[in-house]
Amino acid sequence: MTTTEIDRRGFLRCMAWAGTGVVWTVTGGVLSGCQLDAAAPAGPRTRDLSFVQISDSHIGFRGAANQDVTGTFGLAIEQVNALPARPAFVVHTGDLSHTSAADQFDTVHQMLGTIRTGSVFQVPGEHDAVSGDDRAYLATFGRGTVGTGYHSFDVNGVHFMALVNAVATQGMGHLGADQLDWIRRDLAGRSSETPVVVFAHVPLFAMYPAWGWSTDDATQALGMMKRFAAVTCLNGHVHQVMSKVEGNVTFHTARATAFPQPAPGAAPNPSPLTVPSAQLHAALGITEARYTATTGRVAVIDDPLSP
Amino acid sequence: MLTLAACGGGAAASQAATAAPTRAPAAATRPAAAASPVATTSVRIANFAFSPPAIAVRAGATVTWTNEDEDAHTVAIGGVPASQPLQNGDTFAHTFSRPGTYAYLCTIHPYMRGMVVVTAG
Repeated sequence: MTTTEIDRRGFLRCMAWAGTGVVWTVTGGVLSGCQLDAAAPAGPRTRDLSFVQISDSHIGFRGAANQDVTGTFGLAIEQVNALPARPAFVVHTGDLSHTSAADQFDTVHQMLGTIRTGSVFQVPGEHDAVSGDDRAYLATFGRGTVGTGYHSFDVNGVHFMALVNAVATQGMGHLGADQLDWIRRDLAGRSSETPVVVFAHVPLFAMYPAWGWSTDDATQALGMMKRFAAVTCLNGHVHQVMSKVEGNVTFHTARATAFPQPAPGAAPNPSPLTVPSAQLHAALGITEARYTATTGRVAVIDDPLSP
Repeated sequence: MLTLAACGGGAAASQAATAAPTRAPAAATRPAAAASPVATTSVRIANFAFSPPAIAVRAGATVTWTNEDEDAHTVAIGGVPASQPLQNGDTFAHTFSRPGTYAYLCTIHPYMRGMVVVTAG
């Protein structure tokens, strides 16, 4: 089977699933979740759960694409706080800062502290490790993590893995041997019925390798996850929404809170995209994710930033 | 208003995603050394590339990089600590005191590569 066929089938699956009327009542929301049609119930050990992903706040960015990234990040947080149900946790999938400066990390840390949720987690992006390592990031956000900042946790029977694939890379996302060993140990002994959700900054699928929108050793990590009934990979980095289903894995990329980037190949390079100011909020957003125990699946809803 | 964007991205994105995950970034497949070095001490950082990608200077020369992009970049020369991140309009200067061939890259976008060839002054 060629990858193209997988893509087309995945797309049709998405359409079929969306066409059944499973539409969340989110005003102004963009529904872009994908689910496998062969859903296997995860068993009685899991419970329903909602969480929120925010990404790419790029605090410290200066440019025409967004003159006030702190302001739009604040609006995103307000939007999370206004959700009807308080999320179990919020994850920031990287590029918290634009240039890894201590004051930028401090601003993000303080703003994340205003989110009304159980916990806040984050993974670094390459902008959080501009000098080739993420020591400055870890000084603020490294508590409870391993190596370059990876960690895992469980909520309501769902296993969450926060991976780091944007530090000391060679042009594409990279997990590295140490982290791959850690993933192997982290998954060992877990029931294959356990729903697995993976966070990482750079896409774990080949979204557009020419711009580095891929992770060169992701197949090794995903290989270790093959035995699990359902794996959901949520990432940032690309500042736009895209989903892909491949086997047992659903990939989903989130909008930024800072600025949009061009669609793959739609521009000579992934430079920040300047849109008319009236359209900026619609190009930014947050991602709601809802795990349903009866299906064992995660549905993803991308909400544009409120006007 | 509720917009349905099944699988997101649109046709262009779907086609892009069919590439093999191990393919090297296109930019990295164009080594800076392939271009013949240009005699100059000024390098523009524009459109996610160093321009000119390869330069030739004499020992003792100071090379200045200017970031004209909206995104931030760094200049990381082999064996030398990386520059601070350069925002739009920022510059970075480095003096090359010894002859040799110095490869460098942007640590934020490592597929951006350049080269400085330093000849005896």
